[in-house]
Amino acid sequence: MDQSKEKFAQLQELIDSHRNQPGALMPVLQGAQGIFGCVSEDVQKFIAEGLGVTLSEVYGVATFYAQFSLHPKGEYLISVCLGTACYVKGSQSVLDKLSEVLEIPVGGTTPDGRFTLEATRCLGACGLAPVMMINGEVYGRLTPDAVPGIIAKYKAKD
Amino acid sequence: MEKMISLTIDGVQVQVPNGTTVLEAARQAGVHIPTLCFLKGINEIGACRMCVVDSGARALQAACVLPASDGMVVKTNTPAIKEYRKNILELTLSTHEKKCLSCIRSQNCELQKLCLELGVEDGDKYEGVKNSYTIDDVSPSIVRDNNKCVLCRRCVSVCANVQNVGVIGPVNRGFKTAIESPWGLKLAQMSCINCGQCIVNCPVGALYEKDDTREVWDLLADPDKHVVIQPAPAVRAALGEEFGYPMGTSVTGKMVTAMKRLGFDRVFDTDFGADLTIMEEANELVERISNGGKLPMITSCSPGWIKFAETYYPDFLDNLSSCKSPHEMTGAMIKTYYAKKAGIDPSKIAVVSVMPCTAKKFEAKRPELGHDGLADVDVVITTRELARMIKEAGINFCALPDGDFDSMMGESTGAGVIFGATGGVMEAALRTAYETITGEKLQDVEFHQVRGVEGIKEATIQIGGSDVSVAVASGTGNASKLLDSVRAGEKNYAFIEIMACPGGCVNGGGQPIVSSTVKMDCDIRVERAKALYGEDRAKELRKSHDNSEVKVLYDEFLEKPGSHVAHELLHTHYQKRPMYTE
Repeated sequence: MDQSKEKFAQLQELIDSHRNQPGALMPVLQGAQGIFGCVSEDVQKFIAEGLGVTLSEVYGVATFYAQFSLHPKGEYLISVCLGTACYVKGSQSVLDKLSEVLEIPVGGTTPDGRFTLEATRCLGACGLAPVMMINGEVYGRLTPDAVPGIIAKYKAKD
Repeated sequence: MEKMISLTIDGVQVQVPNGTTVLEAARQAGVHIPTLCFLKGINEIGACRMCVVDSGARALQAACVLPASDGMVVKTNTPAIKEYRKNILELTLSTHEKKCLSCIRSQNCELQKLCLELGVEDGDKYEGVKNSYTIDDVSPSIVRDNNKCVLCRRCVSVCANVQNVGVIGPVNRGFKTAIESPWGLKLAQMSCINCGQCIVNCPVGALYEKDDTREVWDLLADPDKHVVIQPAPAVRAALGEEFGYPMGTSVTGKMVTAMKRLGFDRVFDTDFGADLTIMEEANELVERISNGGKLPMITSCSPGWIKFAETYYPDFLDNLSSCKSPHEMTGAMIKTYYAKKAGIDPSKIAVVSVMPCTAKKFEAKRPELGHDGLADVDVVITTRELARMIKEAGINFCALPDGDFDSMMGESTGAGVIFGATGGVMEAALRTAYETITGEKLQDVEFHQVRGVEGIKEATIQIGGSDVSVAVASGTGNASKLLDSVRAGEKNYAFIEIMACPGGCVNGGGQPIVSSTVKMDCDIRVERAKALYGEDRAKELRKSHDNSEVKVLYDEFLEKPGSHVAHELLHTHYQKRPMYTE
């Protein structure tokens, strides 16, 4: 509870620093996504009120850009590159394997809230194709067979 | 003096002020460029690409956002342009639910018109992604059908930028783009004020009023019901448009006859209720001024404005006049005074109001607007719905003789008539307040300072040696500006009139729908208001307190303005409302 209070205080600070700035919505949404991990209904209402814009506007921007998530993401965000080089090198089968091992669809989050699986555009590491990232950590030259081991490593954490 | 520039459009040379768009310049050159998303002064965003022209640039340009430049040579009608526009229409149709036969906007649809004009032969040329949307018909006023939406964003602009409400907007992207309320909320769960400006600015059948004609037909068919109808002032100024009359034609007499032929037992006039409203409201104003009551007093006739105030300006609720709106007052009198005089059980009486307004549908459902468990008004239909009923009944409207309202609540003065135009309630109130306060006869009853379609009007009126400063706003966006200045202490008024729709009720959300192309050339607010001011001038009686039926009503029933019984039946109260409800 207190943690949430703290986060909203942080968001308030962010809103204050952008007040009366044209185009403030985008940086505030980005900041909010960083603070909360997603921009939920409560967060969006808070932003709308704080910036003096309508909830329609906030929600419109948040649903237009793929970078914003409306619902909380898992503790570990797995992003599999489907850019041209990775795709040619078989990243789709890596993604399928992840979906099978985690038992969630692409874009989904495991019921325990630990993993979210996403497909992304080019991550800029084509030399390592096919590539995926888990919370900023890069895994290159992947094969579907490597997937269970990597997931097990994260499952074993704490 | 603005710099003039010269350009050539389809071989026609035209001179326009610098800053003019090519679309506007073409209009002045007598060249018609087709448009779909364009709505003059409201939605000028170049989204639909219907208005593309060849200005010599690398690609075709949207004329509605292309500034004209000196020496420019523009072609608007080459084979390539025609093909391009046709292709856009075909692509629009690829995702459109083409149920034109049963569509409420059939024959008054801008998309349909464009398809015919630009020669679209095959509406199924492309197969697009068909999203199946659930129709949002939870609101008592407005229905949204996204299966018909063409994503022009006219509704979004008028809601956010003109009305300062903004309860709908584009969500998602690509094929999934839709105009919706956020988080899947229904319109009724949002702070929608039910004004219906989205409806009258929609080019297609994606937005329309909640149809209540079935309920009216059922009432008329019920032998146990005594059905009374009353039309608002602005209805008579626009109903004719549905039957081919030029804009601004007053069709009061034919409207009354049509209502009688539809089978209504009594045809009373909301204009009578308007005169009654003035009696109560002028009295309230005089009392507030002389007893140090809350000022400025603000009018309460417009239900869109009332919901706007309850949601966005709750700190002004004590400033609102406690008067019910005219049709609610008439309804209350029909179910008490009239019922008693006519010897009819009030529970057997049904009151149907014809309003230029979709918000009136919401208003009539307010639980506080009733008495002894009976609602003051049972059903509200819009001007458009009345026109549909007349057509459905096979009545040849244009051939009808003029009829008269039934007596007891059928008489009205010019003051009641002008309620339908912005500034009209103010003017009507001033006519009565002036004579009440000074005891003198008003020489000139016309207060031109408060007439006209400007969003905010201010005036100072001399009444009995003291200056009374007043203001009039129409469109809730303008109301916001006005109230913000009052709240900040920058402005000080005794009396304010606010109407939710720009131009007042003549331009209400329940009025006949006029295409954006016509609106480029004429101001419907001005044209329709002319009909009302014309009726006012033609009336022998032009002040509400001269209405003889209103006088009888006070003598026999209400005693005097502001009496105990008047308060019980003709006044109401307001409540703060949240921005969203679950």
